[in-house]
Amino acid sequence: MSFINYSSREINCKLVYYGPGLCGKTTNLHYIYAKTSPDAKGKMISLATETERTLFFDFLPLSLGEIRGFKTRFHLYTVPGQVFYDASRKLILKGVDGVIFVADSQIERMEANIESLDNLRLNLIDQGYDLNKLPYVVQYNKRDLPNAAPMEQLREVLNPTKAPEFEACATSGAGVFDTLKAVAKSVLTELRRGQ
Amino acid sequence: MSGPDVMYPEEQQAMSLVCARLTRDANAKAVLLIGRDGQPIAEAGDVDELDVTSLSSLTAGNVAATGGISKILREKDFFSQFHEGEKTHIHITLVGGRAILVVLFDERSSLGLVRLRVKKSSDEMVRLFDSVAKKAAAKSEPSILTEITDSDIDNLFND
Ligand SMILES: Nc1nc2c(ncn2[C@@H]2O[C@H](COP(=O)(O)OP(=O)(O)OP(=O)(O)O)[C@@H](O)[C@H]2O)c(=O)[nH]1
Ligand SMILES: [Mg+2]
Repeated sequence: MSFINYSSREINCKLVYYGPGLCGKTTNLHYIYAKTSPDAKGKMISLATETERTLFFDFLPLSLGEIRGFKTRFHLYTVPGQVFYDASRKLILKGVDGVIFVADSQIERMEANIESLDNLRLNLIDQGYDLNKLPYVVQYNKRDLPNAAPMEQLREVLNPTKAPEFEACATSGAGVFDTLKAVAKSVLTELRRGQ
Repeated sequence: MSGPDVMYPEEQQAMSLVCARLTRDANAKAVLLIGRDGQPIAEAGDVDELDVTSLSSLTAGNVAATGGISKILREKDFFSQFHEGEKTHIHITLVGGRAILVVLFDERSSLGLVRLRVKKSSDEMVRLFDSVAKKAAAKSEPSILTEITDSDIDNLFND
């Protein structure tokens, strides 16, 4: 849940990167961290296994500038994508303001994408949210790979509600900031609307 | 969604004072008050070399994880946690289900003293959170959110 501090004049929002194992959630955060100036970011924290798989979450605090004298701070989290970490994924969705679903474009990962998206919907319901009402964007990652499924097919299966969507290659950074900006914008717009 | 959480200057100041007094009374190194979702709210003591943002998000994650464990055990939320380090110890309590109170202390204090002082401070914090909730419900202060325009939001991303 966003947090507005009238004393320190700050707006805090929580964004969560969701998606199947190895789809590139952590890579999105690494790229954002690498390309953000030191005064606009805090430390990036990764609670990961020895093999660099997310174990609990990654966390990256970002400042995006001021609105009407209020600093906007976004707390970026990733969930662990591996199926058996479901209890942890639920916890990280608590208090979420916006969700990025990172799909793995590789044709072999279609099933995993579908399963993860279903899991996202259910876990949100568990926390009292409705994906259709939450600020939400879809990122089709790993577009650089030769075995990437055609966009029409991904769109049809993974984005039936036509949420804002972006093609990306998180390792090179293509589409990473477009995705972030779109969801951040949507969170601020929703925050205003909710008043 | 139930709308944003808020904090107002008056209560923030009062909470900072409670933190400062707790630091003194418990002989603590530092005290942090954190929202359940990991936002820093107030702090006191030796926080200069602390990475408060990271500490807050990790503590909130920790509390969420133990909360998850308590559910599996069909136990109510664990009320407090204590982690013993070589030099620095950390005591974590839930404040009225709404916030997390963290006390960092060393050999100059003791777990017993910290527990005792935390109890009193956390009661005061609960009252202050109640007052914030009342104000927010009454919307006694104009929200800045209503003033935000589309171009404000666009400008944030023009770089
Ligand atoms: N070719 C290519 N590889 C990518 C891309 N994005 C991520 N990768 C690689 O995919 C692997 C997994 O990326 P991570 O970011 O760790 O995946 P994750 O979604 O965080 O995985 P979990 O933590 O297990 O949920 C790494 O080796 C990345 O370098 C991409 O756009 N293209
Ligand atoms: Mg990861």
